[in-house]
Amino acid sequence: MPVLQRIKKPTTHKGKKVLLSKEPQVIENTKQTFLLKGRKTGGIINDCLKDFFSLKKPDAVMLSQKNDILPFEDASFLEQSGKKRDANLFIFGSHTKKRPNNLIIGRLYDYQLLDMVELGVENFTSMIEFKNEKVGLGLKPCLVFNGDLWSQHHEYQRLKNLLVDLFHRETASAVRLQGIEHVIAFTAVEGKIYMKSYRILLKKSGQRTPRIELEEIGPSAEMKLRRTKLASDDLLKTACKQPKELKIKKKKNVTKDNLGTTHGRIHVPKQKIDKLQTRKMKGLKKTSAERKEDRAALKKRRAEQEASGISTKRLRSQS
Amino acid sequence: MDIVNEVLQKAAREAEKFKPITVEKHLEVEFDVGNLLAFDTNELDTRKLRSATNDYLRDLTRDNTQLLLNKVWELPTKRVDEAIVAELPKPSYLIPRSLPVPKPKEPTKWERFAKEKGIVKNKKAKLLWDETLKKWIPRYGYKRAAAEEQKDWLIELPGNADPMEDQFAKKKKIKDEKVAKNELQRMRNIAKARKIKIPRVGMLSTDRPSTKDLHKAATVAKVSTASVGKFQQSLPKEKPARDVKSLMPVAPAAKRKKPNLTPQQERKSNIDIIDKILNKKPKIDLEAAVNREMHYQDSERSEEKKSQKPKAGRGGKKRSAGAGGGKKGKGKFGGGGGGKPGKASGKPAGKPAGKVRAHGGAGKKGGGGRKRR
Repeated sequence: MPVLQRIKKPTTHKGKKVLLSKEPQVIENTKQTFLLKGRKTGGIINDCLKDFFSLKKPDAVMLSQKNDILPFEDASFLEQSGKKRDANLFIFGSHTKKRPNNLIIGRLYDYQLLDMVELGVENFTSMIEFKNEKVGLGLKPCLVFNGDLWSQHHEYQRLKNLLVDLFHRETASAVRLQGIEHVIAFTAVEGKIYMKSYRILLKKSGQRTPRIELEEIGPSAEMKLRRTKLASDDLLKTACKQPKELKIKKKKNVTKDNLGTTHGRIHVPKQKIDKLQTRKMKGLKKTSAERKEDRAALKKRRAEQEASGISTKRLRSQS
Repeated sequence: MDIVNEVLQKAAREAEKFKPITVEKHLEVEFDVGNLLAFDTNELDTRKLRSATNDYLRDLTRDNTQLLLNKVWELPTKRVDEAIVAELPKPSYLIPRSLPVPKPKEPTKWERFAKEKGIVKNKKAKLLWDETLKKWIPRYGYKRAAAEEQKDWLIELPGNADPMEDQFAKKKKIKDEKVAKNELQRMRNIAKARKIKIPRVGMLSTDRPSTKDLHKAATVAKVSTASVGKFQQSLPKEKPARDVKSLMPVAPAAKRKKPNLTPQQERKSNIDIIDKILNKKPKIDLEAAVNREMHYQDSERSEEKKSQKPKAGRGGKKRSAGAGGGKKGKGKFGGGGGGKPGKASGKPAGKPAGKVRAHGGAGKKGGGGRKRR
């Protein structure tokens, strides 16, 4: 039987706040990334990691030490360091004879490994080699996926999800139109993935929407899919589960028409049909005797009301 | 018409200056504008890709980016600090969370009980007026402790306590035990929330164990062997202690506990009890009542007889042949009086017949009752 370890209550308010921030939140912070090197890394992988780090800044940490680990055999080190740094995405670079210029991209869920994909890097051109103006730090990039492979192949589908997770930065409610100036494109064709990064130049088009021109700023790489370790569909489904609080409840009785006008349906009480004024007809007119009777009744009622009103007044004055 | 043509030509010339923002695609490109994503599923031109990779990829990406940004520019915009921002819709492309969805906090045992009973927490004032110190002191916290120390510099010996006993130490021990109990309960609540099984506590050590405690300990110790006490010898007339089920190595059967009454149920049961008391009506056992009445009348009659006996004796003397008449009477009425012929012989013959008949009838009924018993 497992013995429950003593769970100490936080003694200070600050400590309590730290512990609370580590608990699952409804709206999560931006995922952090950590980049690390394997036992041996070549020049290409070093440049690659550097460029990825600069693409991911400021939501990333670069670990300078070399790590003698093989993530596909034992991912526990990655899980540990992810928990330690509260980071959920990792990029691991290594170089061996069997798998030269190896890049492993992966993510954690609940500090456990979710997905991991191994990519072999070829024809790498780093950002420094493109001598031009780069994009600003921390801008949300546009991500473009070209090729039918991304939607047809299961592994590519997952890799697409992973790449979106890695590069989309954070979910934003609004974006500055002049601030959209970075595109990262992934093209999958014939078993190769081309990664390209461009700066967007907004040109005049004679309309409100500008004409787009692109200028390559790097990094650019050709990658080959090697080994993969993907999460089961069930696990991915639970990982993608959204909290109830974030789901939008449908508003009742409010509609919008094509012109953008909002219509609300409100409660209308039942119409009094018996008192409705309809068409006047001679046959339905009251006779003089009836009218006299009505008038007498009205008079009587008024007199009664007056009498009662006086009596109440008197009572009030007495009291 | 010339003017119209001129204007149209001018517009065409203007348009020629700019490159188009429209893009033709065989299959429609999918977008998730909330995440600024574009998925182009069109087939790629592999020949072009091989011959001029960079140019081809840039043109392809430009087209797709143009389509995506056309969508973004259509979105409603607003001005924030001299910058135009487009309001993005909610992302539709699902990305996994980093941690599971937060679960609601598990209620503690007390919270569960309070909810069942409808006990509501009410706010209490943080400061309390102290009569002896003549100042406001907090309900809890270090300032309260300091005030208590100031107040209790002397503790009166209670009743018939041992004068050598340290009352301060005793007070501290009570407090420490309360704290320990609270901690235990807190841990138990955590264990329950995390669905961890807690090991049984076992025998707790006490300073001066009673005979009962020792007996319990002996019983538990006996079964605490590898063979669950199968080969342990027992003393003559040795009996296992009671209430050791929870301490035994064999897991006890799940305890059955009556669920707590809800406030409504409790109210109802209390009202039922009061109603029962207030509306108490005497139970009428008709048969018993009749029997009692019979007995009462019988005894009354016998009393009467006893009181009349001296008179009857005189009467008897008057008519010595009365016995014969009595016999006749028995045959005539078949009354209860007939059941006791000896006594009937002493009966006055001159008694009014109606009374005798009435008694006789009642006597019969009573006789039947006796038989049934």
